Amino acid sequence: MPDQKNDPTPPPAATPTPSSASPWRRLARAGAPRSTKAQVLGAVLALALGFAIATQVQQTQESGLESMRQDDLVRVLDDVSQRSTRLDEQVRELQAQRDALTSGANTSQAAIDQATKQLEALRLLAGTAPAQGPGIKVTIADPGQKVTSAMMLDLLQELRDAGAEVVQYGANRVVASSWFSSSGGQIQVDGQPLTRPFTVLAIGDKATMASALNIPGGIVETLRRAEATATVEQLDTVRIDALQSPRTPRYAQPVPEAGTPAASPSSASSSPTTTK
Amino acid sequence: MIPAIGLLVGVLAGLLLHPSVPVGLQPYLPIAVIAALDAVFGGVRAVLDGIFVDKVFVVSFLSNVVVAAFIVFLGDQLGVGTQLSTGVVVVLGVRIFSNVASIRRHLFKA
Repeated sequence: MPDQKNDPTPPPAATPTPSSASPWRRLARAGAPRSTKAQVLGAVLALALGFAIATQVQQTQESGLESMRQDDLVRVLDDVSQRSTRLDEQVRELQAQRDALTSGANTSQAAIDQATKQLEALRLLAGTAPAQGPGIKVTIADPGQKVTSAMMLDLLQELRDAGAEVVQYGANRVVASSWFSSSGGQIQVDGQPLTRPFTVLAIGDKATMASALNIPGGIVETLRRAEATATVEQLDTVRIDALQSPRTPRYAQPVPEAGTPAASPSSASSSPTTTK
Repeated sequence: MIPAIGLLVGVLAGLLLHPSVPVGLQPYLPIAVIAALDAVFGGVRAVLDGIFVDKVFVVSFLSNVVVAAFIVFLGDQLGVGTQLSTGVVVVLGVRIFSNVASIRRHLFKA
C-alpha cells in the first residue's frame, strides 16, 4: 500500500537521492508531490478507487436484494419458499396441538361438571347435604301411643314408592342405611327416639306422595285404625336440614374394575332398612 | 503521496455522500474494485522495480476495470455470471498476492 511509505521515511521530499537507492526512497520519490500528468491521473484514479470501495462496502452492508444476481435471487427465493413451507407445517402442527389442548380442556371441564353433579346427587342420597324442594309434611298425632315402627317403615316405603327423594323423620335424616325400632312405646330412627307428634318431611312430587298416603287401605287409613291421626300438608318448599354423617363401610369393598356405573339417584325403594 | 491522499479523499467522499450504486452497475462494481486494486498493487510493484511508467499504469488501471466488468457482463449474458465472477476474483486475487509478495521482498528483503 502506498501508505506504508510514510512510516519509515520522515521527510520524503527531503531525500532527492537517485532512484537506485533504497526501495523505500524510490517509493517515496514516486509518491512525492509533483505536478506531473502521471501524478494527477494517479490521484484521480485513486480517488475513484476509494470512492468505489466505500460505495461498494456500504452497498454490501445494506445487502439489499436488488444488488443480487438472478441466480442468487432464485436461490434466495427457493430458500424463502422452503422456509415458508416449513413454517406453514409448523403452524398447522401447532394449531392441531392447540385444538387438541382446548378440546382436552373442554372434555376435562365436562368431566368435572359431570362429577360435580354426581357428587351433589350422591350427597343428597347419603344425607350429607341439606335439601329443599317441593314436598309434603306429614304430622301424626298418636295420643294412644299405638303407632309402631312397622307403621313408620310402611310410611317410608309408601313415600319412596311415590318418589320421595329426601326424607326426614323428626330431626333425623332417613337414608339408605336408616333403620327403625321400637322399645317401650318409643319409636327410634337410627337409634334416635322420635317425639310425638311425629313429623315427617319428604321432598318429591307432592301430589303423588299425598295421594299415595291417602289411598284407601293406605298408610293414613292404617294409622287411623291405630287411633292415630295423620295430616298431610302439601308444601311448595320443604327444607330438610337434618344431616347424616357418612359411614365408611368396614366389610363391603367395591368390586375392582367392572365399569362402575354411576349410581342413579332414584330407585331407593329396596333399601336395607331393618325393622323389628 | 498524492495518490494515497486521493484514495483517502475518495473513501471519505464515499462514506459521506453515501451514493447508491445504479442498478445496472451493481454486479460489476465489486469486480471493478478488485481489478483496480490489482492495478494499484501492480503499479506499486513497478515503482519498486524501477520500471514504472505512468501511461502504462493509467491504461492498465482502466483496462483492468473495463475488462473485469466486461467479463462479468459476458458471464451474466451466458448464464455463468456467478462462476465467472468467482473466477475473475480468484485470478485477480492471485495476482494481487504475487504483487504484494514482490513489494514485500523489495521493502523488507524478505
